[in-house]
Formats: sequence, C-alpha cells, structure tokens
Amino acid sequence: MKLAYWMYAGPAHIGTLRIASSFKNVHAIMHAPIGDDYFNVMRSMLSRERNFTPVTTSVVDRNVLARGSQEKVVDNIVRKDAEEHPDLIVLTPTCTSSILQEDLHNFVERAQLEAKGDVMLADVNHYRYNELQAADRTLDQIVQYYIEKARKRGELPEGKTAKPSVNIIGTTTLGFHNNHDCTELKRLMADLGIEVNTLIPEGASVYDLKKMSQAWFNLVPYRELGLTTARYLEEQFGTPYIDITPMGVVETARCIRKIQQVINAQGAEVDYEDFINEQTLYVSQAAWFSRSIDCQNLTGKKAVVFGDNTHAAAITKILAREMGIHVVWAGTYCKYDADWFREQVSEYCDEVLISEDHGAIGDAIARVEPSAIFGTQMERHVGKRLDIPCGVIAAPIHVQNFPIGYKPFMGYEGTNQITDLIYNSFTLGMEDHLLEIFGGHDTKEVITRGISADSDLNWTKDGQAELNKIPGFVRGKVKRNTEKFARDRGFKEINAEVLYAAKEAVGA
Amino acid sequence: MTVAQQPEALSFECETGNYHTFCPISCVAWLYQKIEDSFFLVIGTKTCGYFLQNAMGVMIFAEPRYAMAELEEGDISAQLNDYEELKRLCLQIKRDRNPSVIVWIGTCTTEIIKTDLEGLAPKLESEIGIPIVVARANGLDYAFTQGEDTVLAAMANRCPDKAPVAETEKNERNAIAKLLNFGKKKEDVAQDESEYVVHPPLVLFGSLPDPVVTQLTLELKRQGIKVSGWLPAKRFTELPVLEEGYYVAGVNPFLSRTATTLMRRRKCKLIGAPFPIGPDGTRAWIEKICSVFGITPKGLDEREAQIWAGLEDYVKLIRGKSVFFMGDNLLEVSQARFLIRCGMTVHEIGIPYMDKRYQAAELALLEKTCQEMNSPLPRIVEKPDNYNQLQRIYALKPDLVITGMAHANPLEARGINTKWSVEFTFAQIHGFTNARDMLELVTRPLRRNNNLKDLGWDKLVREEAKI
Repeated sequence: MKLAYWMYAGPAHIGTLRIASSFKNVHAIMHAPIGDDYFNVMRSMLSRERNFTPVTTSVVDRNVLARGSQEKVVDNIVRKDAEEHPDLIVLTPTCTSSILQEDLHNFVERAQLEAKGDVMLADVNHYRYNELQAADRTLDQIVQYYIEKARKRGELPEGKTAKPSVNIIGTTTLGFHNNHDCTELKRLMADLGIEVNTLIPEGASVYDLKKMSQAWFNLVPYRELGLTTARYLEEQFGTPYIDITPMGVVETARCIRKIQQVINAQGAEVDYEDFINEQTLYVSQAAWFSRSIDCQNLTGKKAVVFGDNTHAAAITKILAREMGIHVVWAGTYCKYDADWFREQVSEYCDEVLISEDHGAIGDAIARVEPSAIFGTQMERHVGKRLDIPCGVIAAPIHVQNFPIGYKPFMGYEGTNQITDLIYNSFTLGMEDHLLEIFGGHDTKEVITRGISADSDLNWTKDGQAELNKIPGFVRGKVKRNTEKFARDRGFKEINAEVLYAAKEAVGA
Repeated sequence: MTVAQQPEALSFECETGNYHTFCPISCVAWLYQKIEDSFFLVIGTKTCGYFLQNAMGVMIFAEPRYAMAELEEGDISAQLNDYEELKRLCLQIKRDRNPSVIVWIGTCTTEIIKTDLEGLAPKLESEIGIPIVVARANGLDYAFTQGEDTVLAAMANRCPDKAPVAETEKNERNAIAKLLNFGKKKEDVAQDESEYVVHPPLVLFGSLPDPVVTQLTLELKRQGIKVSGWLPAKRFTELPVLEEGYYVAGVNPFLSRTATTLMRRRKCKLIGAPFPIGPDGTRAWIEKICSVFGITPKGLDEREAQIWAGLEDYVKLIRGKSVFFMGDNLLEVSQARFLIRCGMTVHEIGIPYMDKRYQAAELALLEKTCQEMNSPLPRIVEKPDNYNQLQRIYALKPDLVITGMAHANPLEARGINTKWSVEFTFAQIHGFTNARDMLELVTRPLRRNNNLKDLGWDKLVREEAKI
C-alpha cells in the first residue's frame, strides 16, 4: 500500500480508452463498476467533444461478483454492435476485472460470433502498466490485428507509395496539445514534399491501418506513444522510424535532417538545408529571440523542468541550449523509461530527478527556488504556493490546457509558441519581484477607501460569523447588499437572520 | 414515440443500470470539508485516485484531508499483510495531520478481495488511539451521493448515546447551539430556551454547508422547534447525542441507510417528510415536523408566498417548459416536484435508486403537486439506461435535460439544452432562502439561449455525425 494524494499518469484503462476513442468508429466497452466511466466526462469537458464518447460500461455489480458476468459482457458487446455498427469494439479491462480474473478472452470470442464488427480484448494488466504504457500497447495491438487480418485475406498492399510518404504515429485524444501538433506536423510534411500516408490513431479508420506498410518511414513524435507500433512495422516491413521529437529549433532541424537521410536512402534525393535555414532564421522567431536583448536578460536565470519524457526533455534542451537558461534540475514521472530521459538531458541540467511523488517534486522546487517552473498542473500549483511563475508543458492538465487558438508545441510554429510561454513566465516573475520592491500597486488603498464607506450599522457576532462563511470574492457584495437592505428597512443590527432575509429579497 | 396516455398513478420502471454517474467515493470531497477534524482514507486503486483527482479539480491542491491508500499487486495477492500496511499508513496520517477520526472508504477492490475493514478497524483503533470509521462506498453497490449515506450510517453508530449530565454542557457539545450562543452569557442561553416549545429532542441528518445548516435551524426556530444536533456536525468530536426515542429527520433524499440505522440501531423515530428543496418542499418539511410535535405552524403561508413572489422572474422563464432528468444523484424526485410546482412538465425522472419507503412523503407530494398543477405524472425510471434515454430525448425534444457531464456537451451540440446535474449537489439548494439559487441553475441554459437566440447556431454537429 502506498499513501498517495496525486498521480501523474493515470490507470491503464485510460490509456486504452484514449486510443480506442481516438479512432473513428471504434467503441470501447469497459468491464467495470458504476462510476468508472469518468473518462467520458474528461473527454467531453476537457476537449469539449461535440460527439458522445464511444465508451460504455458492462457494469460489474453484486450479481457479477456472485455469479460472474456470464452473458452480460457478450450481450453488451452484441447490443452495441447492433446499435452503433462500430468497426471495432475493444473490451477494456479495469482494476476490478483484473482481480475478478474472468475469462474475458472467451467473452470476446463468443461475442465475435454474433457481432458484425471486429471485437478485441485490450491486453493490459492494470497492476503492471500505467496510462501511457497501456496506450502504447493498445495502439500496437490494434495495428497488429488489422495488419494480420489484411495479410490473411491477402489485402495487404504491395510496395511503397510513389512519392515519399510518412505515417505519423501517436497523436491521441486528451493528449497535451496533440491536435495542434498534428496540424503543424501535417503542414511541415507538406512543406517538405512528403505525403502523409496515415495519421494514427486520432481521426483514423481501422481500415486505413493496412495501408501503413506503404509509407517510406514512420514518424513517432511522442516518446511515450507509438514506439512499439513503429518497431513492429520496422520488423514486418523494414520501414525505418524516426523518434526525434521536432520540438525546439535545434531538434526540429535534427528531425528534418534525419527525414532527409532516411528518404534519400530510399532514392528520394532531397536537400532540406535551405528550408531549415529559411525557417530557422525567418519563419520561426525563436532563433532571433535567442539573439535579442530580451533573451539576454534571461541568461543564467534558474529554472526547473518536470513532465513526461517527451516534453520535459525537449523543454530542458530548449531552455539550456537555445536560451542560455540555467536548468537546475530536470525530471520525469516516466519511471519505466528513465534511462532514456537521463541520456537525453544529462548534459543540459545539473541534476536529473526521476519521481512519481509530487511531494518530492514540490520539495525539490522549494529547495532550489528557481525563477520559473516548467511542469504540469501540479507544479503550477506548487508555484502558486511559493510565488514562482509556472509554464505548463505536460499532462496532467486542466481544461485551460486545451486552448481553442492554434498552439502547437511542435514544428516551427511550435518554437514560437514555446518562446512566448517561456518568456511570459519569466517576465511575470520579474514584474512580481519589482512590485514587491516598490511596495505593490499604489492604487490598492484608494479603491478600498471609496467602497467601504463608514457603516452606521452594527453586525452582531453571529451575523459576522455567517458573513465570514461567504466566499471571499462575493463577500463584499453580499455585505453591501445586506447593509442596504437593513438600512431600507430600518434595522440597526445585522444578525444571521437579517443576512438571509436580505438574500431572499430579490436581487440580493 | 406516441404520446403516452396520462397514467393514474406514478409509474415505476427499472432499466438496465447502464448509466453514467460519479463513483460514491466522491463523497469524501464534501465530507472532509464538512467534518473539519476528519481524515478520509480511500483504500483502493489508481482508478479511484484518478477519479478523485480529476473530479475534485482544484480542491486537490489545497492540501486535502484525504488520501488514497493505493493497493499494489502485493496487496491484491495477499503477499503483504493488510493490517500492517494500514497501520503504517494510519500512523503516518496521525503523525502528519493528527485528525480526530480516520474514515476508511472501502472500494470495489476491497470488496472483491474481501478485506475485512470492519474487523481490522477496532483493533487498529485501539492500537493507535484514533477512532476509525468504516464506510463501504463502492461502485458495486452505490451511486454518487449514496456514498455520503454509507459514511453517515457508519457515523450514526459513533454518536454518544447519553446526554452529559449538566444541561449547559450539552449545549456546549452542540455545534449549532454553540454557534448561536457565541459570546452570550449563561442567562442569555436560558432566555433562548424559552423561545422554544417543549418537544422531544430532534436531530437532523445530512451533510449541508454551514450557512444552510444555520438557515434551516433558524427556520425551525421560528416555529419554536429546537434542533438538538446535526449528523454530521462540524467536528467529529461534536457528533450529536442520540438517545432512544429521539426524533430524527432527513434533509436529503439519498440518506436511506442512515435513516434505517438511526431507526433500527439507535431506536430513534424517523419523521418521514418531503425534503426541504424548493419553497414547497421546505414548507412541507417544516409542517410535517410541526405536526409530529403537535405544533401549529405559524406564518408559513405568507413566507412561502413571499418566496414565490421573489422567484417570479425566474419562474416566468421555465413555466410551460419541459424537463427530462437522466438521473445520477438521487435528488431527482425532489427537484422534479419543485419544478412541476414552478409550472414545468417533467417527462421522465431517471434515478439511480428509489427507496419508496424513505421517499414516501416526497413521492406523495410529487403526486399531489402534479394533480394540483394539472401536470401529467412523470415516469420514474430506476437504474436507467443512458442509451435508451437518449433515444427518448431525441423523440421528446425536451426544453431542458438535466444530466451528467458525459452527455452535456454532446447534447448541447445537437441543440438540446442541458444543465449539469452535479452542480445541484454542490450548490446550496435547501430551504426557503436558497430556492432562488436552484432556479438560477435551472434557468441558466435558458437565459444563455435568450442571449444567443438570434445567431442560428443551435445545431453544431455535421449531419453525417453519428448520434
């Protein structure tokens, strides 16, 4: 047992559901008790989905506990197949079904006999994998399933596409700025003259998967999601994959050079150097920013970085290599992939921190007192408590991290966005600091004097106590309204009853 | 779907139970804030933790007095000793927070692996010297607000069964009395006593925000009824005395286990009343309590009329409109009854669980309200099936759907107005004073639409999108 208040990566089934609901016309059925379908709320609220999240539950209740699921799971799969005609139904185990040890494989086989669509069991053990690992495995599982299926039926297309083409693997629903990154990557590929063969899983149909063999190479922009699939495709079709995240000016150039090398090896004969040069110097403002006096002021300032592998590593490199900021420590919560992280960032920070314990991270922030933090929502709150500004760079995230405006982290537009994020975090910190030196905004006093004109009314202790229970941001308004009410009716004293009578009066 | 014939009596149906709601462990979020000296330990898995973390949003950052005891593979396969593990964590909690009570929330996992929490608690309690209350608020058995019911039922067994000898001391034990007597001298307290009619002690149960507790207490005081205590009180150490023969009354419709425990285990007498939601409900609640104590209520007519007058601007917006409750928090019947009184038509009341005995008075008032308002009797659908409900919503085209967040945005995108149901559990909706707050929530989507109505943007999904 572990005492835990907060977790960075969610449980395994969330990963599976993220993959399933990213595909078009794929439905997930969770084998879970009532209330475990919280994923639907997150998808509907965080990413403001207009469509119903294609996830339902085959409810585990007392009867299931006593007698097993029996026909229930099979019935639910067959019913959903008839109602929505999905191409694929993914039966998703949860922590509950992990310990019930029901033969879900058998349910899937039985349901497959009746269902018109395909049925599959997500092969993830709740107690061994987290959200990210499960997502990676589920994506691989679905890709393998459809490639095998196509191969058996002889539907696997032969050879490669005529022009250089790519599969972009790993953008999902509820991923951090994934939809914007996805647009930016498509744009980048178009600029490079590369066709996007498939883009999975977001928005893809399972019928597209068999086409994956035709791409010249696979691009895996996120470290956490898609590598297993890319390795499988390499093993099956010899398709090379690129796992350099195009985040930041230097890494984007590195990624593009790698693409050049990979497709030239297959006879493309492209030279991207001019493109990289043009983009770096004039499209992206990040290189110019590094030169500008704004950035000069940031030289040697202390920062800490924490997040998932992809984002924490990329941001660390940008801060240290492209802006001259002193990264005191960089950390990740992807413990299972810690070696990769260490190797990526070791030369760009003083210390590497691998932890899933938000308390330890908070302490490490307090210890070094950086000028800015780049982390998850949790670090943002640590920053609030310590009065240190924070830029959010990775999940776990809130609804404000699903902006409507175009805010990619990848590619050349991504470098602009990241520059703003970093620079704004630091200047805010400077401003705060200056305010403190000069004793705050000088207008504060004047405003309050105007509003709290001397009151001729007397608040009784219980009245005052009730008033104090009212949340701070409306208390002033309630106080003024109550006093007006009391004055109008000639009360000399305001107690709790008067306070609530005032509330009942319309408009209070 | 054809128009249903108007049924003579309320019809009760039961569907598949495939509906969306919150897990009952969510009750820790409001109970830890209500019971200020408590610590809630949820013994479950990452799934539970993830739900709490996301559902509670910003609260999680405020150093909450709750935590997960996250079960690992070794716990599931019994390679680790439950007792030793829980002892280690509870000692850590004692050291860091020093609470007056630790509440263990049993989850689906502890049910399935049959962790004997009720058995372990007394042993550990005597070893570490902090009361441990066990509540099995799991998704196998309960929905959302029923979590509070399991906790309060467990707390009911911890209420002292003897009033302390000195009368003044009893007042001290009572949170409300203490609050109201704050700063007063003893003579004043004695004088206060004279404002009350002589009646057997009354204890109210149900967790409400402190301002609402004060409002309802004052409401009863106007009738000369004294509230001897609330379950739960502000602090665990201030739990009310429950002697045999005390009267108890519920303030929320989801507290049936607590009511049962108070009657069977504590030998209290339950006042079965409609719940004080809406001015009609509040009035019926007070009247019922008065009638049990043989008191003639005074001034209720005027008070109710005055509240309704104050609501008229909101009522005007919803009168004649229809509403559909998908059902997820058990407040549905009381809310539907109030909205029918406001002149709305209710198509369907979805509800996770219907205790016809505990809600009897509320159901009777619903039926009476329908007759008086000449409104068709709604169908009450227990354990609803969300998929079927969506088909019915498409057919009925209600003016408002009260539903969970999983369905709210997709319905809005299809041009159907929604109100997110969970807000009703966190907003203050009880008593005369807060009737307006409830209507403020109900009318919000309609007011929003009045502002946007000329834009022509009500359907925002492409035709080919599957629904």
